[in-house]
Amino acid sequence: MTIVGKSKRSPTFRRNRWMLSAILAVIWLYTALPLFYVLVSATKSNNDLFTTFGLWFSDDFRLFENIGQVFSYQDGIFSRWLLNTIVYATVAGIGAALFSTMAGYALAKYDFRGKRLIFAIILGAVMIPQTALVVPLFLLMSKVGMVNTPWAVILPSLVYPPGVFLMRVYADDAIPNELIDAGRVDGAGEFHIFSALTLRLLMPGFATVLILSFVATWNNYFLPLVVLSSAEYFPVTVGLAQWYATATVGSGGGAALFTLVLAGALISIVPVIIAFIVMQRFWQGGLGAGGVKA
Amino acid sequence: MAALKSRTRRYRVSKRLAPYLFLAPFALLFIAFLIAPMVYAFTLAIYKTTVVGGTRFVGAENFVRALSDPKFWQGVTVLLQFALIQIPGMVAVALLIALILDSGTVYAKSFFRVSLFLPYAVPAVIATLIWGYLYGPAFGPFTQLANLLGLPPPNFLTPGMMLPSIANIANWEYTGYQMIIYYAALQAIPADLEEAASMDGASSLIYALKVKLPLIVPMVVVTIIFSIIGSLQLFSEPYLLHNLSPTVINNAYTPNYYAYTLAFTNQQYNYSAAVSFVLGGVTAVISYAFMLIVNRGGRT
Repeated sequence: MTIVGKSKRSPTFRRNRWMLSAILAVIWLYTALPLFYVLVSATKSNNDLFTTFGLWFSDDFRLFENIGQVFSYQDGIFSRWLLNTIVYATVAGIGAALFSTMAGYALAKYDFRGKRLIFAIILGAVMIPQTALVVPLFLLMSKVGMVNTPWAVILPSLVYPPGVFLMRVYADDAIPNELIDAGRVDGAGEFHIFSALTLRLLMPGFATVLILSFVATWNNYFLPLVVLSSAEYFPVTVGLAQWYATATVGSGGGAALFTLVLAGALISIVPVIIAFIVMQRFWQGGLGAGGVKA
Repeated sequence: MAALKSRTRRYRVSKRLAPYLFLAPFALLFIAFLIAPMVYAFTLAIYKTTVVGGTRFVGAENFVRALSDPKFWQGVTVLLQFALIQIPGMVAVALLIALILDSGTVYAKSFFRVSLFLPYAVPAVIATLIWGYLYGPAFGPFTQLANLLGLPPPNFLTPGMMLPSIANIANWEYTGYQMIIYYAALQAIPADLEEAASMDGASSLIYALKVKLPLIVPMVVVTIIFSIIGSLQLFSEPYLLHNLSPTVINNAYTPNYYAYTLAFTNQQYNYSAAVSFVLGGVTAVISYAFMLIVNRGGRT
């Protein structure tokens, strides 16, 4: 937002750059505050949590003891929750991305009966609040004996209508019709054309849907809370929320859980944050593609 | 010759069938896990189960009951207030950050872009419990700071403050995500537009506000509609904060919370299904109404 001229050396430009950077720095402090708090708190003993200042470290550095406790509490069920979350999010993420890509490709590159209707229904489904379906979904799944199994979380998470929408738009742009025609002239079957010729071009869109559906499943709470009842199938969100409720409501032994909950929170967000920083090239490009066209 | 013929025929059938086969996996799951529960919710909702009378057909009774249930409307009202408190601030701040980053007139651009997006990677549940501790009257840092300065400790969990407190958690979680979408849209605006504008002597600030901002308004409207839909589904944040403030957040605080309570505390499955169904309808009506208002406003 330079006022006059493009020169990066002009005094106006430098003054504006300081001012705008300062605005972002303030917002950054707000964004960082809870993350810093959880990092600081995870290093404290339960006693220091109550008696020392919340936004700075205490003399007694207990991070590794706390992490050890998180993984040993209740026979080490936390590592099971972490593993469940990784499995649910990975399977649902890859599956949702693959099925969305196939469906989006079909809608973008083929003419067939019912195409408009199918697309309209999928577009309408983007508007349906999926959580409004969680309770009916539970009742339906309990009829077929699917509740309290990992499938009760994974299968519904494979349905990601925004992904189909995004991939349809993406396939429309990214794949020239000539490429498909050339494949057909060479005698390649439709599936061969998809897997050998076009899938490579769809990869950036695929990566975007993968990240979005992975995060959606990783962060999901309502669905697993409703459809799971055995702690061994819980994802981290449900397990940690249960510890949190015990810590907050439960008197006596409950309060000792505070550091456990905070250290558990730290452990469960660090991998995703690292993944986001490492994979920023993908989500920035991909979210951009989706965002502009949405 | 024969071989070639059979090959051609297989290719023809395949081309006609292929789109359906590509669609099949998604379609099957879509029917099983989206359409079926919706239909099932509807069929559940037109029946009623009582201890004495068993299950009997009641037609629209459950829907009528939901539509005239003060607890249901209390939840909808709370969420509409929530949407009004939360969405405008989030959109404004996200746009401000996106415009600043897009202008390039800033230090450490990619550092800000990546780190401001990171809360999106934190599950809502975990964000809520962290903020719950920060808000906490017992050992929250805000209370500690107030005590240090001899001020009365702030209480974020009173009936009046609860919605702004939840809105703050939602803002923290989603502002960065909105910002990335807006930023990408701004970046996609062709650079030659800017050259044309600067030749006219237009300053960058005016350019950002008068040229770039209007270009991304349709996309901003779409994100607002999704935010409204998201608001009406609110569950995790109040469900967790209920532990801290059981009197402020009752078990019908939001419609989803109410449906959850009806089904799993009261075992009123039929009525719970009706509430879920009506919530879906109310959401559709509100998003549609918002779209109409925006379209009308856009034309005049």
